[in-house]
Amino acid sequence: MINKDLKLNTDLFKEDFGASEGFDKTPTRNGFGDALAKAGEENENIVALTADLSESVRTHKFAQAFPERFFEVGISEQNMVSVASGLAHQGKIPFAASYAVFSPGRNWEQIRTTICYNDQPVKIIGSHSGLLTGPDGGTHQALEDIAITRVLPNMVVISPCDYQEAYKATMAMSETSDPTYLRLSREKTPQITTSDTPFEIGKAVTLFEAKDTEKVDVGIIATGVITYQALKAAQKLEDDGLSVKVINIHTIKPLDEKAIIELAKESGAIVTVEEHQIAGGLGSAVSEVLSKNQPTPQEFVGVKDIYGESGNGFELYEHFEVDETAIEKSVKEVIKRK
Amino acid sequence: MGNISDKKVQELREKANEIRQSIIESLTEAGSGHTAGSLGMTDIFTYLYFHGMKQDPKNPDWDDRDLFILSNGHICPGLYATLAHAEYFPVEELMTLRKLGSRLQGHPHRGTLPGIETSSGPLGSGISQGIGMALSTRLNGAGKTSDRFIYCCVGDGELQEGQNWEAILMGAKYKLHNLIVIVDRNNIQIDGYTEDVMPLNDLSEKFESFNWHVQEIDGHNFEMIDDAIGQAQTIFDKPSVIIVNTVPGKGVSEFERLPEWHGKAPSKEEAEDALKNLRTLGGKIKCEQLD
Repeated sequence: MINKDLKLNTDLFKEDFGASEGFDKTPTRNGFGDALAKAGEENENIVALTADLSESVRTHKFAQAFPERFFEVGISEQNMVSVASGLAHQGKIPFAASYAVFSPGRNWEQIRTTICYNDQPVKIIGSHSGLLTGPDGGTHQALEDIAITRVLPNMVVISPCDYQEAYKATMAMSETSDPTYLRLSREKTPQITTSDTPFEIGKAVTLFEAKDTEKVDVGIIATGVITYQALKAAQKLEDDGLSVKVINIHTIKPLDEKAIIELAKESGAIVTVEEHQIAGGLGSAVSEVLSKNQPTPQEFVGVKDIYGESGNGFELYEHFEVDETAIEKSVKEVIKRK
Repeated sequence: MGNISDKKVQELREKANEIRQSIIESLTEAGSGHTAGSLGMTDIFTYLYFHGMKQDPKNPDWDDRDLFILSNGHICPGLYATLAHAEYFPVEELMTLRKLGSRLQGHPHRGTLPGIETSSGPLGSGISQGIGMALSTRLNGAGKTSDRFIYCCVGDGELQEGQNWEAILMGAKYKLHNLIVIVDRNNIQIDGYTEDVMPLNDLSEKFESFNWHVQEIDGHNFEMIDDAIGQAQTIFDKPSVIIVNTVPGKGVSEFERLPEWHGKAPSKEEAEDALKNLRTLGGKIKCEQLD
């Protein structure tokens, strides 16, 4: 059942919440854009850069409010993040925003050397990650970005599940001195949390409590906007009689190892859910922790070593088998392996 | 800058010779590293750290210092030797170059060694970082003209990296007058002569067409270096580039102009000969004539 202590969205399990227009659905990129403008008011050292995508990646509000602190670099992502490194060298907190396939995709080495190796507090904002980038097709659906950022020493990696979490993550990032990657989505997606839900970088959130805390059948670990599908699957499985717990890992790095080990101990069976290649993503990170500390059967819901393609984002979830049905199937399989 | 005295020029020549000897010694001890570019840019480094830049080796993080970026990080043996002679750290430490636990990494690492503003080695990102520093300086000065300069050294072969041209566009867009890029035009790179590997052609014309202020000088002539830096500092509506024609391996005739010295260190015997020659030359290393 939904965690009552976290002040989550009470409409969450209303019929057709994910699909119909009547409910509050906003992209995570908006959460970033709104928070960036707010953070800019609070701290004059915050600056922003965009590579010809200011409205698309939602830096335009900041640009209007603080034109002198906004830098349009044109279509040059390698230059953008290195300029950001130079700004950070002189005390600024730069937010460099583009599509995730370009940044941290195209400019990975510049991020590695000039930001992470230098340990500069640059915030890399990668929008249009995952399958929900939809009609733009395989070139534009970043499915590798978690893998390539979480391998970088000094880097913090955050993958929010909804607008509010993206907002809170942006505010929190603006106050840290760490190089940070924020993974965002283009599509309007359901609000899971509210402005009152607590958020702390590096701390997992139990969104869905097992109905029987003495006997947890499976633990689901999800990240990003696809967490909603994990919750829907959990509700269905609970209705079918299973005791299911869902945690949201909004911070892939540093990973909340304690929460993951605890969940594995409680449940003895783990399913990870992400809109990312299985190789190198959340599932891999979870598996690294569990194989050392608490070996546990695990099923991976994610993209299976294949590129995306054009289509409606939610159709793609079904096509690439990361939708609710696929999650339910993985849950049943992992329980068999207990 | 400008109007440098004869006495100062002589001092700089002698200092550059000492630095060249330290470069040879440290590279030979390390057994690997980049000899040609380090020796070729020694006069520029010497000028900047012993005359041109506002800096304080005893307070390397001084807020108002000029900033220096070595975008072509592989010639760090030259920069390290210069920093050591400028008393950022002990000269003896140069002999730890490239060894385990050393502050003198094979390519520069920010935060490890005093005086290193940024990590470099992977080519092409220095001008971009210089732009960030220059923009920041402008923001901090609330739009007022600053007398703080950001110097960025790039290799000529390095300009084959596309990112440079993204940055060169941007420097002109934001009219970053306090950014001074110094291109080491030594015509060599690892695989041979630049014009064979991937021709750069006329670099001055290229920078001019990107709306930069361009000067081209002999990179071993301290009077010319002084004049060019002085002139670059007076430009207020665009960034400046100084293309310095240098001789790779400068000061050691056996190494000069040969691409094979781009990426290797002298043997003990080669080093002995080189050091003997350098000691004999003292402050008399000749500058080159431009065509």
